[in-house]
Amino acid sequence: MGATPAGMIFIVSLIAALALVWKPFGDHMYRVYSTSRHNRVERVVYRLLGVRTDMEQSWPVYARGLLAFSVVSILVVYGVQRLQNKLPLSLGMEPVTDHIAWNTAISFVTNTNWQAYSGESTMGHLTQMAALAVQNFVSAAVGMAVAVALVRGFARRRSSTIGNFWVDLVRGSLRVLLPIAFAGALVLVAGGLVQNFSDVQEVGTLTGGTQGITGGPVASQEVIKELGTNGGGFYNANSAHPFENPTSWTNWFEIFLILVIPFSLTRTFGKLVGQVRQGYAILAVMAVLALASVLLTNVFELSGNATVPQAAGAALEGKELRFGVSNSATFAASTTLTSTGAVNSIHDSYTPFGGMMTLLNMMLGEVAPGGVGAGLYGMLILAVITVFVAGLMVGRTPEYLGKKIGAREIKLASLYLLVTPVLVLVGTAFAMGSAEQRASMLNTGPHGLSEVLYAFTSASNNNGSAFAGLTVNTPWYDVALGLCMLFGRFLPMILVLALAGSLAAQAPVREGAGTLPTHRPQFVGLVIGVTVILVALTFLPALALGPIAEGLS
Amino acid sequence: MERLPSWVRQHVAALRAVAVLTVLLGIVYPLVTTGVAQALFNDHANGSIIEKGGKSVGSALIGQSFTDADGDPIRRYFQSRPSAAGDGYDPTSTSASNLGPEDIVDTLPVPGAQDEEGDLDEGKQSLLTKVCTRSKAVGALEGVSGARPYCTPDGVGAVLKVFPDRAVSVNQACPATPFVTAYQGLKVECARPGEDYAAGKTVPVRGDAGTPAVPSDAVTASASGLDPHISVAYAGLQAPRVATERGLDRARVEQLIKEHTVGRALGFMGEPAVNVLELNLALDRS
Repeated sequence: MGATPAGMIFIVSLIAALALVWKPFGDHMYRVYSTSRHNRVERVVYRLLGVRTDMEQSWPVYARGLLAFSVVSILVVYGVQRLQNKLPLSLGMEPVTDHIAWNTAISFVTNTNWQAYSGESTMGHLTQMAALAVQNFVSAAVGMAVAVALVRGFARRRSSTIGNFWVDLVRGSLRVLLPIAFAGALVLVAGGLVQNFSDVQEVGTLTGGTQGITGGPVASQEVIKELGTNGGGFYNANSAHPFENPTSWTNWFEIFLILVIPFSLTRTFGKLVGQVRQGYAILAVMAVLALASVLLTNVFELSGNATVPQAAGAALEGKELRFGVSNSATFAASTTLTSTGAVNSIHDSYTPFGGMMTLLNMMLGEVAPGGVGAGLYGMLILAVITVFVAGLMVGRTPEYLGKKIGAREIKLASLYLLVTPVLVLVGTAFAMGSAEQRASMLNTGPHGLSEVLYAFTSASNNNGSAFAGLTVNTPWYDVALGLCMLFGRFLPMILVLALAGSLAAQAPVREGAGTLPTHRPQFVGLVIGVTVILVALTFLPALALGPIAEGLS
Repeated sequence: MERLPSWVRQHVAALRAVAVLTVLLGIVYPLVTTGVAQALFNDHANGSIIEKGGKSVGSALIGQSFTDADGDPIRRYFQSRPSAAGDGYDPTSTSASNLGPEDIVDTLPVPGAQDEEGDLDEGKQSLLTKVCTRSKAVGALEGVSGARPYCTPDGVGAVLKVFPDRAVSVNQACPATPFVTAYQGLKVECARPGEDYAAGKTVPVRGDAGTPAVPSDAVTASASGLDPHISVAYAGLQAPRVATERGLDRARVEQLIKEHTVGRALGFMGEPAVNVLELNLALDRS
């Protein structure tokens, strides 16, 4: 079988697997977030937290809990890194420098997992598992909590509350993520991932030299890194490292883990609003965009259209042989369509248009299917914008899922859509305006601009992948990108929670003759159109100067 | 608790939440996972270490260099792909080149020049030149042509900087003979190190090299710098040399390649590839 047909079957098999679990897993998450029963472990946890679970919260209280939790998380992750030499399992690693520790703390708490450091030479095992990997769980649970809160806003009538943050956080972590992580970690070890607490083990090589074999609790971190769409690698080489991703089937499994929650949450959404077909519509939008992107990335990489890939005979620079070009491209598209940012191949060395696809995926706002939770609420914001645009066209008051989209709602949704483009474009402009920051670029010409644009796009959208040629472990980049991650995560979340609060307070309006049906192909097409046009209008000039200029030269 | 202002209560709850979840997810979860993984998949969980005569010789999953102290290939061994991890296949410093697909213009070293730290100026090779240099070296080692598209016969990137009155073969330092004498009526010169050619129009020249004899994976660095595999084609290219060096039957070597080829999982995942360390070990045994 040729590489292209095999690559296509690979994609089809992923789709089949995701379709198979969509209903049962989506229903499971629906039960997790809607039941009123707490299990025994959870009851102990709530007692230790000292929170009341019988009381629901209004949106400001919910948001304050979320922010308090995130602030404390940042401080703890920062502290552990700075003190790691005094803690067990440090492997003799120095304390992480202040700006890198700050950047990394924000990076993991915001579900970005941008890495300005190299794992194997910076972080001790305890820092990795008890600081970084914990955030892989809870930042994902926070994302799901916000998404569920927004959906409750649509589902409830005349309600002053949108749920209880602590309950949503604990249930997301312990009921949704932890069981899959545990089982998945064992599957990955069966595939060859390491899971131990060893230091670097010097072994003699066949030719009489030595090689340091790095150990660590890798599988337990790898699985949640993909499942929680986090992306921070245990090692610098991330999911390209043979100890993180040793075979072609672990590669398949890791892509599946990346996509499973974001896609299945559309089912949960449909169940929560009491109309499964609405979930199908949102799923359809995500699936069409995702499939188009995966296929295009495959086409660009397999055709290898650029000078170096032509000289080499294939776009194999920065790719692992066991995955090959096609499966690498599929991983790259999946990791940037979600907020994962794990890489099994080096995006910086992709063909100009292949690399552009990874950028474009993030610029879509990571909504197809997006990060865990973040993808769903991002897509629902786009659906709100779409009914508004459609309402303007026919002169009707827009409504979505029985809720009026009034001035307040549309303001919140519009602000949401402005946050990341502002961060990306202003950040890139500042970096390119300074000779010192430009010096961080490894590549010259349009590709250098792509590196900087990619960095700010990745940070502001909480992705975390990189055109890694850019030297980012400088104080300026650490601070600038840290701020982008922080604002790119929490401003949208606050706006979403505010929207949830205002929707929940409304009484539903009765569906009338003028109501736009939001479960039909027509609406799916409209949302796709709105998404693509918004992104194109915002980012086309920047893309034209970077990857497009490179690809057409 | 109840008497405290609500924002203080929220932060106390947050602190407790981080502590409790850290214990559950950051300590208990990895410890239990490690325990079970060590019990069920001991070999994998500890790095799939291969032993030879009671001594470990590396990991089945991690690539190695098969070169001598000077970095030259040891002829009786199959060679791995180029690596950007440290000095090559260093697991404590995994990395890729991160060079872009249009990285085709070298910065030539200026003879005798030194940088601020007094080190000799080494210039900077473009990705294209790296590919061409590797191709030439592999070609020489295996006794085949190392020619490829966009490469000069002397093994650098075939790239011109075109100005209104002249063209410069920008990767070929003088006194090299440019790979073409003229470009669209303009005389092509060799490049003088240190001169700034940035203003010229960059024109890579494909040339007439057909399908290269040296496969793609032999001239490109992997993503991790630890790729344990080479392509079946690259193994096939190296087979005659290894067979001759070891006085083995060529068919026997090819048989061993076949035995150490990992096919696509389930017939469609990934690409077929040959595990170099395991193949070399098998050769040492036979």
